[in-house]
Amino acid sequence: MTSERREVLTRGIFKENPVFVIMLGLCPTLGVTTQVVNGIGMGLGVIFVLVFSNIFIALLKNFIPNSIRIPAYIVIIAAFVTIVEMVMHAFVPSVYNALGIFLPLIVVNCIILGRAEAFASKNSVLDSFLDGVGMGFGFTLSLTLIAFIREVFGSGTITLIPIGSFDGVIKIPLLYNYPIRILSLAAGALLLMGFLKAFFAWNSERKGETV
Amino acid sequence: MTYIAIFITYIFVNNFILSQFLGLCPFIGVSKNSESAIGMGMAVTFVMGIASIMTYLVYHLVLLPLNLVYLQTLSFILVIAALVQFVELIVQKNSPALYQALGIFLPLITTNCAVLGIAIMNINENYNLMESFSAGVAAGLGFTLALILMSNIRERLDLHPVRKAYSGVPIAFISGGLMALAFMAFDKSLLTNLLG
Repeated sequence: MTSERREVLTRGIFKENPVFVIMLGLCPTLGVTTQVVNGIGMGLGVIFVLVFSNIFIALLKNFIPNSIRIPAYIVIIAAFVTIVEMVMHAFVPSVYNALGIFLPLIVVNCIILGRAEAFASKNSVLDSFLDGVGMGFGFTLSLTLIAFIREVFGSGTITLIPIGSFDGVIKIPLLYNYPIRILSLAAGALLLMGFLKAFFAWNSERKGETV
Repeated sequence: MTYIAIFITYIFVNNFILSQFLGLCPFIGVSKNSESAIGMGMAVTFVMGIASIMTYLVYHLVLLPLNLVYLQTLSFILVIAALVQFVELIVQKNSPALYQALGIFLPLITTNCAVLGIAIMNINENYNLMESFSAGVAAGLGFTLALILMSNIRERLDLHPVRKAYSGVPIAFISGGLMALAFMAFDKSLLTNLLG
């Protein structure tokens, strides 16, 4: 793997993180992150749609007329979102119900259309695939981070997928009885996002980078 | 009575931005000054009202009879994309003044999750045609309200010294969070008190 390819794969995780740096796809980021499992579920859904729509758009880029490219991209994306919806409904109904309206809304998640327009429509299939994996992974990591903070402090639990006798919920001793309830509410999500964003800005300022 | 309840619900109780997290991208992106906030809000309200009617008709006249409900997401987003383009053409032709005001915001609306969101919500809530339309307009008005409030806050913030790390987007999010906290006063019990 050449260093350029590696750069395409890894930049989505930190340097061009879709949530904290490019600021795309904010609605699901705040809407579904009340529980860790929902953040991960949403992230996996987005990775799937992003990777496949990137591949197909890169394959079809020479056949799609320029003037109708946006509707064409949206149709491709919507097809994969429908697949994700059906698969989740069939295999993980609890996550499907928790994600609710945000699952079909992956269609209008700006990250996917943004990468289609900015990357997949100009680059090779392999590069687009790597870009989709990297960006999707960066999105999932950010979502998991936000969900982790909100759930641990907001309700004192960490909810994962139930396996066998383990019911999937880890309770944190002190916080479970005295949670900081606001973090699990809408207002707390916006506040947390603001503070995290400020932290990352301060961090890169401290390192002497331009924000 | 149902219509009053729908309006209060979607403007205050379930405000699209401050409690449902739909349409956050324009909330942060287009709220730097109040003129563009009003323009964006009006364009979204307009499209949401029409989109509610169109998606209702598509769902009940095409998807349900043909048993194609699984194509809901795909057909709704196509209807909305086509509709936005269509509205843009009509406004440009018939009302240059309105086009001047709304024009640059219209293309952005296709990917605004609030529009697809209200279309799907109308179906989930089993609203009839008039209720869907009211919900669309009310949600648009709620969106406009939050956007205008936010733009006024940000215009004032520009005049105040804000720490460098907080300036711009972070402080916007924090102001939004405090506003959402205030909006929590509008809850279900308010609705029952008002309407009995």
